[in-house]
Amino acid sequence: MRAHLEAVLLPLAALVLSLLLFGLFVWLGGTSPVETWKLLFLGAFGDAYSLQNTLVRAAPLMLTALCVALPARAGLVIIGGEGAVVLGGLAAAALPYVLPVPASAMGSVLVCLAGGVAGALWISLAGVLRQYRGVNETIASLLLAYTAIALFKHLVEGPLRDPATLNKPSTRALAEGLRIGSLGGSDVHWGLVVGMLACVALGVWLAVTPRGFALRVVGGNLRAAQLVGLPASGLIVLACALGGACAGLAGAIEVAAVHTNANASLIAGYGYTGILVSFIARHQPLSIVPVAILFGGFGAAGSLLQRRLDLPDASVLVLQGIAFVIILASEALRGLDWRRATAPWRWSPPAKPVPLGPGDKQA
Amino acid sequence: MSAELMGSFALAVLGGALRVGVPFLFVSLGECLTEKAGRINLGLEGVLVLSAMAAFGGAYLSGSPWLGVAAGASAGALLALLHGLLCSLPRVNDVATGIALMILGSGLAFFLGKPLIQPQAPQLTPLDLGSWSDSQLVQAALQLNPLLPLGLVLAVLLATGFTRTRWGLLVRLAGDSAQATRALGYSVHGLRLAATTAGGAIAGLGGASLTLFYPGSWSEGVSSGQGLVAVALVIFARWSPLRCVAASLLFGGAGAVGPALQSIGISAGYHLFSAVPFALTLAVLVVTCRPGSVAQGSPGELSARS
Repeated sequence: MRAHLEAVLLPLAALVLSLLLFGLFVWLGGTSPVETWKLLFLGAFGDAYSLQNTLVRAAPLMLTALCVALPARAGLVIIGGEGAVVLGGLAAAALPYVLPVPASAMGSVLVCLAGGVAGALWISLAGVLRQYRGVNETIASLLLAYTAIALFKHLVEGPLRDPATLNKPSTRALAEGLRIGSLGGSDVHWGLVVGMLACVALGVWLAVTPRGFALRVVGGNLRAAQLVGLPASGLIVLACALGGACAGLAGAIEVAAVHTNANASLIAGYGYTGILVSFIARHQPLSIVPVAILFGGFGAAGSLLQRRLDLPDASVLVLQGIAFVIILASEALRGLDWRRATAPWRWSPPAKPVPLGPGDKQA
Repeated sequence: MSAELMGSFALAVLGGALRVGVPFLFVSLGECLTEKAGRINLGLEGVLVLSAMAAFGGAYLSGSPWLGVAAGASAGALLALLHGLLCSLPRVNDVATGIALMILGSGLAFFLGKPLIQPQAPQLTPLDLGSWSDSQLVQAALQLNPLLPLGLVLAVLLATGFTRTRWGLLVRLAGDSAQATRALGYSVHGLRLAATTAGGAIAGLGGASLTLFYPGSWSEGVSSGQGLVAVALVIFARWSPLRCVAASLLFGGAGAVGPALQSIGISAGYHLFSAVPFALTLAVLVVTCRPGSVAQGSPGELSARS
């Protein structure tokens, strides 16, 4: 019971503290903190328009957070989700160049699959390098992400460029029939449903299936996993591949539902924000959904802060950084014995003297 | 390619290595010091960006580039101090903290540096080592960053410090065995905090050389992962400050290939060449790391040993 309560209350308290600190930060710069908090809320959840904007941003965050959460449950810190996002988007946009894709729902699925496969291959490379070459996966995944971004820019501005795009180099737009539509006349597209389904499916997979359990054993105690004969390397690479597939899918959906072609707007930092979302959700796929919506909201409110209060667009990044630091620091309070920790400040009656029994020795 | 063109290409790469390698040098020295004490600081990427902004702002506001350098080093030390303090808390992981500081450092730098994108700050005066030559190319290649000699001196000081001074031995002790450190009556947290902060200050000098020498202006894209490459460089250099110098110049040269090709009129694949340092780092890691064994020279207490 206590552990469950702590799992919800600690991150919540940390988020509130981060918002307070962010208010203090903008106040030092001469902006009203109350106004900032109000706009953060209004810009995220204030009306139908901002709510839709929030959900559109939350959809890729759910998938990129899974790219951190699944490897984390297997004991790896993978932070290169951004690379899988851009390569997934690129693969989705490039598929019609090489294959005659039917312009139908079937075609949309194929395009998304291409993105997922690209992401899965890229992130499992980090897992393979770690398991079979002993390369630190955190550094490797980030190096792979920078390489992927360079590859993306090279292909989009070079071989795959649509000559009609002059100012902003892009690939050819996906055919009308391949694009992912919106949900019932709103701005929110099917990507949100895909993201939620992925979180639920992978959460259930981790919780109830034998393989999901094996994965958690590998992440919890590698030695124990090896002693009972679990294929640790295979499971770790599987976790990376699944996570990478999610991030690649995020890129493909962004292309098919939002941008219609692959261009530099795809490099929007969803991969990096996903790291934060996953850490706050404590790498629990089901908790990722609400946290992703919250941070999608902060992202959506960013432009409002910029317009109304003239704050730089990086203010959301500052808020994210503060939140990340506070969340990590709050780990130190987990499982703390509050009675003992506060004992020096609490009044307690002096202990009653206990007479020594016949069996006791005097110290 | 004609001999003349080859010559000017080689000179451009050499000059580029000396310019581009300097931030690598400072960040890898800072990370080397941090890791010798047993912590890994992935946040040096954030330190690099924040100190680049602070150095530019300091130089712009005070009018003196050297005050800017001091501002950069102080900003770097402050952010690294935060890393050290957070990691001293129980159950706080240094790799995750590093990622958080990467985000926080860039966020603070972009937020506070917004008004600095337009103006020009006074720059560090280059050391002209090429004045003996008539060739303009040689002169341009040997216009050295005045912080480079400082970096070389720091590398030598660190290398001798680690082996010959009481402080250096204490830092290595904290990095190799926390228990032995405690047994001798020293504070592990205190030593690591000091090493992390000093490492941040050194990395801050790298940030200063980004905005005050080359490329010499502040923009949000001023560092594209150099701080992170430098962290991997330390593994490549096997935790030796002197090998860090060689590795930094090598990677500086790799980063300079793209611009050098552009300077002789080849601009195809520009983005691919910009990825060369990252791909090279990865290749080096793949070659030097062995599964299941600890890299030679690696501090015993390091949490994320590769």
